[in-house]
Amino acid sequence: MSSLAPPVEQRQTSPAKSGEPAIRFEDVSIAFDHPVLDGISFQLNNGETKVLLGESGTGKTLILKLALGLIKPDSGTITVLGDEISAMREQDMYALRRRIGMVFQESALFDSLTVEENVAYRLMEETGKLTDEIHARVVEALEFVELGQTYSLSPGELSGGMRRRVAIARAIITQPEVLLYDSPTGGLDPVTSNTIIELVVKQRDVYKTSSLLVTHRLQDAFTMASHYFERSLNKMVPVEDGSARNVHTTFVILRDHKIIFEGTAPELLRCHDPYIREYLS
Amino acid sequence: MAITYLSDIAKENVEAVQEYSLLAGRSLTNLFSRPRYYADTLLQADSIGVGSLPIVVLTGFFTGAVLALQTSNTLQQFGSLSLTGELVSFSMVRELGPVLTGLMVAGRNSSGMASELGSMKVTEQIDAMRAMGVDPTKKLVTPRVIATAIMLFFLSIISDLVGLTGGFVISYLRLGLNPNEYWNTAYQSLRFEDVFMGLCKPVVFGLIIATIGCYYGMSAKGGTQGVGRATTQAVVAASVLILVSDYFMTQLLMGIFGK
Repeated sequence: MSSLAPPVEQRQTSPAKSGEPAIRFEDVSIAFDHPVLDGISFQLNNGETKVLLGESGTGKTLILKLALGLIKPDSGTITVLGDEISAMREQDMYALRRRIGMVFQESALFDSLTVEENVAYRLMEETGKLTDEIHARVVEALEFVELGQTYSLSPGELSGGMRRRVAIARAIITQPEVLLYDSPTGGLDPVTSNTIIELVVKQRDVYKTSSLLVTHRLQDAFTMASHYFERSLNKMVPVEDGSARNVHTTFVILRDHKIIFEGTAPELLRCHDPYIREYLS
Repeated sequence: MAITYLSDIAKENVEAVQEYSLLAGRSLTNLFSRPRYYADTLLQADSIGVGSLPIVVLTGFFTGAVLALQTSNTLQQFGSLSLTGELVSFSMVRELGPVLTGLMVAGRNSSGMASELGSMKVTEQIDAMRAMGVDPTKKLVTPRVIATAIMLFFLSIISDLVGLTGGFVISYLRLGLNPNEYWNTAYQSLRFEDVFMGLCKPVVFGLIIATIGCYYGMSAKGGTQGVGRATTQAVVAASVLILVSDYFMTQLLMGIFGK
């Protein structure tokens, strides 16, 4: 029996601990030259997708890096998959990080490796070499992002949208319990953006992965909140009016180092806060 | 205002030394824990060792040759031209072989490491590695440090040998020395402490070159300009540290061996 994490198609749901949220921030603050986050508290429930919105520089990406333990908070506690990471040593973080996937803003693909080696990176760390089984898993993950034939290319030969999709394939190949997306559609054209959002929705609805997603594009956020992935059609479709379908997507808006809104899309649309009204317009 | 400024600079420098020490320490303690990246270490050994061979051979050869050429005038005045081999051998093995090889490898590889890791840092590839549960100090730093220390040891031996050959070519072709006499004096003059000193130094220089290159690379910030700055700083710091540590090592070893 293989020691590798199960293939994408064999994983149905996130193996979350019962009752424990995937991520919990409690009164988290961090400052560099000036305060960036001040007393941030929220929790990401299992199977839920939380969309982080806000102007540039409000600390959205920082929240992802804090959740991954890449940066330590000045105060407050962060619990990820049941482990309190705010005081954890870097060496102890590696095992936990293997259960989390992250898609970086600029993809952060290893430019000295091929697409296949990039996507297989985590699995090759376990086995030390590229086996036939890993190759099959890479092809499967690349097919999930509809880039099945690109495995022999180098990242430099890919377009921006393709790089972003390879980054998603790299993040999901081990079917992590939590996914962190940092502006996955940033700088892309509307068609490619829609393809990426469809992949995020597919991951949310098919594999029930808990996710934090940072975006500047309100359109992406509302698409996620108003669509679901229909497996029989193999595409994203709108939620019918009056349907009771829960898309497990909530929004968080950051402003002036704090969370000023947390709730669902309808709650956001009903919000009367002048800043939020202006932000939405 | 000025005091605050000076205090900030002092703090920054102390923090940099602390971070460098931690990185250097971790790069060595990583040897005692899994995973160990043997393939990466071999790859680095090839890149650092084999890749540096041409410049080390050229530097060594011409250093030995110019040493023989420069000293021949003085030695001739005292009628001691036959000591050319001893002088070249003594200088190359104890000092010039390790130091010049160290400086050459620092120029080539310290900068290479700083720019490669620096580019990875500013494009978030180091963060991506950490995010995937891979320790960058184990994957990137330790293989470079071990490969540099080992390869610099062998490169110094090659440099010594090629330097002696350079000295021999000049002694034989220009000074008309007997080949047996040259090689005999060159070999006979060397004592255990000379060879020991000449083989200790490259290992330490190798550790300095790789840890400095990796430290500046891993702490690069500010885009491509930051990578350029890190590269320059790495070469300067590694070169200066090689010369400074050479002095202290020489003093220490001379103290230990009593000469």
